[in-house]
Amino acid sequence: MANLTINGKKIEIDVEPDTPLLWAIRENIGLTGTKYGCGIAQCGACTVHVDGVAMRSCGMLVSEADGKAITTIEGLAADGKLHKVQQAWIDHDVPQCGYCQTGMIMAVAALLKDTPKPTDEEINEAITNICRCGTFAQVREAIHAVANA
Amino acid sequence: MNQHVKLNRRAFVIGTAAAGAGLALGFNLPFGPTVARAADGSPEINAWVVIRPDDTVVIRIARSEMGQGSLTGLAQLVAEELECDWSKVTTEYPTPGQSAARGRPWGDFSTGGSRGIRGSHDYVRKGGATARLMLIQAAANEWKVPASECSAANSIITHLPTGRTTTYGKMAEAAAKLSPPSDVKLKDAKDWKIAGKGLKRLDTADKTTGAMVYGIDFKLPGMLNAAIKDCPVFGGKLKSFDEAKIANMKGVKKVVRVGDSGVAVVADTWWHAKTALDALPIEWDEGPNAKTSSETISKWLAEGLEPSQTAFVGNKNGDAPAEISRAAKVVEAVYNYPYQNQATMEPMNATALHTGDKLDVWCGTQNGEAAFATAVQASGLSADKCDVHKLILGGGFGRRGQSDYVRQAVLIAKQMPGTPIKLLWSREEDMQHGFYHPVTQCRMVGAFDADNNLTALRMRISGQSILARLRPEAMINGMDPATFQGLAPSGEAVIGYSIPNLLIEHSMRNPHVPPGFWRGVNINPNTIYLESFMDELAHAVGQDPLAFRRKLMSGHPKHLAVLNAVAERIGWDKPPPQGVYRGLAQVMGYGSYVAGAAEISVTDGSKIKVHRIVAATDPGYVVNPAQVERQVAGSFVYGLSALFYGGCTVKDGRIEQTNFDTYNSMRISEMPKVETILMPSGGFWGGVGEPTIGVAAPAVLNAYFAATGKRIRSVPLRQQNIGFA
Ligand code: FES
Ligand code: FES
Repeated sequence: MANLTINGKKIEIDVEPDTPLLWAIRENIGLTGTKYGCGIAQCGACTVHVDGVAMRSCGMLVSEADGKAITTIEGLAADGKLHKVQQAWIDHDVPQCGYCQTGMIMAVAALLKDTPKPTDEEINEAITNICRCGTFAQVREAIHAVANA
Repeated sequence: MNQHVKLNRRAFVIGTAAAGAGLALGFNLPFGPTVARAADGSPEINAWVVIRPDDTVVIRIARSEMGQGSLTGLAQLVAEELECDWSKVTTEYPTPGQSAARGRPWGDFSTGGSRGIRGSHDYVRKGGATARLMLIQAAANEWKVPASECSAANSIITHLPTGRTTTYGKMAEAAAKLSPPSDVKLKDAKDWKIAGKGLKRLDTADKTTGAMVYGIDFKLPGMLNAAIKDCPVFGGKLKSFDEAKIANMKGVKKVVRVGDSGVAVVADTWWHAKTALDALPIEWDEGPNAKTSSETISKWLAEGLEPSQTAFVGNKNGDAPAEISRAAKVVEAVYNYPYQNQATMEPMNATALHTGDKLDVWCGTQNGEAAFATAVQASGLSADKCDVHKLILGGGFGRRGQSDYVRQAVLIAKQMPGTPIKLLWSREEDMQHGFYHPVTQCRMVGAFDADNNLTALRMRISGQSILARLRPEAMINGMDPATFQGLAPSGEAVIGYSIPNLLIEHSMRNPHVPPGFWRGVNINPNTIYLESFMDELAHAVGQDPLAFRRKLMSGHPKHLAVLNAVAERIGWDKPPPQGVYRGLAQVMGYGSYVAGAAEISVTDGSKIKVHRIVAATDPGYVVNPAQVERQVAGSFVYGLSALFYGGCTVKDGRIEQTNFDTYNSMRISEMPKVETILMPSGGFWGGVGEPTIGVAAPAVLNAYFAATGKRIRSVPLRQQNIGFA
């Protein structure tokens, strides 16, 4: 059993405490926007916010998430309005296959919350997600666009 | 988008009859007075176009979308000829089962070789044009005026003399009953309004909210999840497993053999299945390849470099060996290129439901028809009882042209009739059970006369053939023509140099590691070999690498044009900024001409910063410049990841790399600025997803030589302790 607060809702799920948060989110809660890419905290496809901090959910156990506020990509939009990062992703046509992009968006949203106008260096430091399609130029462009909006 | 097309029974039967008449490619299917309908009852104008009463235009796309954007590009081509309102366009995939039953009205589903657009532009545009003419005819009939007095734009049909108008949505029913015109004229590219424009992709919104359903996300009621292990040594077999050891583990439902080499655990969740599989004692019969290593493969390939070894000739003129033997100066070098994994971000997966007398599969695939054929074969059912429903791919890069994971899912589901099974590979399984970029080595020999003119070039490639394993029917007298990508005398991948004596050969050696298609495949090694060596030759006679190339390229104006374009943009004739060094490369592949120029700096001889890339491409026509630019930039990420971090090594018969910690990929901090020059010259249709990757590595390697005086002839750089700064 684990008590999780996901996207503002308290949810009790029947799951072993050593289940990675990623799989609890995808399989027990059923939110599949958070992606599996590597399972070893290398790629960032599984990025969620835990108490507002970008975390790779494959590397975190459900027991460690207990009592914390978790936001997934499905909870990023508020009041029926896309988050500004999601909107920028649409405006700048960022995704190619899109598989890495939910994790990318979560990482960027966390960066912009703490650093509203990041320099290229700060982007390089904070955004370490893998994108095999190679959308980095559009990612950077969209981040700057949000920052300067 | 809708995941697949549902046709009602009646439409299905009619389509089949039309197929019997031997007609193909949906734009001229004579449905006559009876109309084929989409699932919601809207009429098909033809196989490509369905129009709903609310004017929504549904464009059917047979090729797969894996990030390359051809879903949008193909829709643009249909919409261009259809003259419809782009804001009302949506797309859907027909299924391979429907295609088979209707006589393949959508043509080839296969999405690889950068063929998505160039392989279907003609018939999809005809599909759009035919539908437009039928819609206009329907309005003309209603108004009792000649169709020649009517025109269509933006989904509105106008009777020009009276100014009367109607919409596509209103005319769709009547149009669908008309016989299609037999002769349609396509627009000239210069008149395009929708095609040729950098329109936004149609599939973006759901990719930003998590709503997009990839294969890994697909769900059915009552579905169980499977995790699989196939014999880690290619060609090995499953000997035994001790099911009892995991029978009581949480969620486990069943442990099944999969073919003769795999075992899968089926459980309530994938995490349970994977956890149990990791605890399952398994014995493998590793077979004859259990001792093979990168070293043994490398040694075998090296033997093939010897002139005494037999080889297929892929390009030849004059007598290169004779010229080399009497040359004033000879330059020689040996290069090599390793195995590479496609490492799509979404690991392989497929969901199958086998009811005992019916099979459905849901998956991402680059080749719906091949996945369908594989599914039918594994199911034990007839084709009319099976179908494959394509989902958006979390990356393809050639890997999802193979259907091994579809076969596995069906074999598992068949053992649990009535229960939908989602098979998902772990990243580790994905890294170790690929169809890898083939491994090759190459001996380059160049000869000069006393005046430093290049008189001969001999290029001996030794290594693996993809076609020998995957498509033997495409071999030509035992030769694999794909080995000579970028080096051929004619066709879609022609060498850009005229050299009086030329000999390019392939000594085929096929190790046990399965080879496969991989973004750009053989243009990756071949362009490194040829373009690095062109640099070596230029330096050997003290000439500028650009000037040296130009002298040999006068008979290849399109190759030369892209090379000149990047040279000019990067400022080749002026010195680079302090501490920055430049390199160039060019190649023709997939019917397109591409060139790249790189500016890099190097610290301590081993830390490379790629500052700037200029890339030019001439694909004949550009359907969506914004997407082409993304394909070009993406090619540098993929190509430079392979150059710096890639390389799959073999030990004890298996691939050593298991995840992104040992098979890394470029990050945003390593991404150079990429400037793209699109220079479509018209008159031919080339691909864009792959050609540019060829120049990524050699442009950087040539710049590295300029910076350090050191020539790198081996990939990846990480094995030489060279990395990104
Ligand atoms: S799946 Fe978590 S970082 Fe890759
Ligand atoms: S968009 Fe495909 S992996 Fe990033």
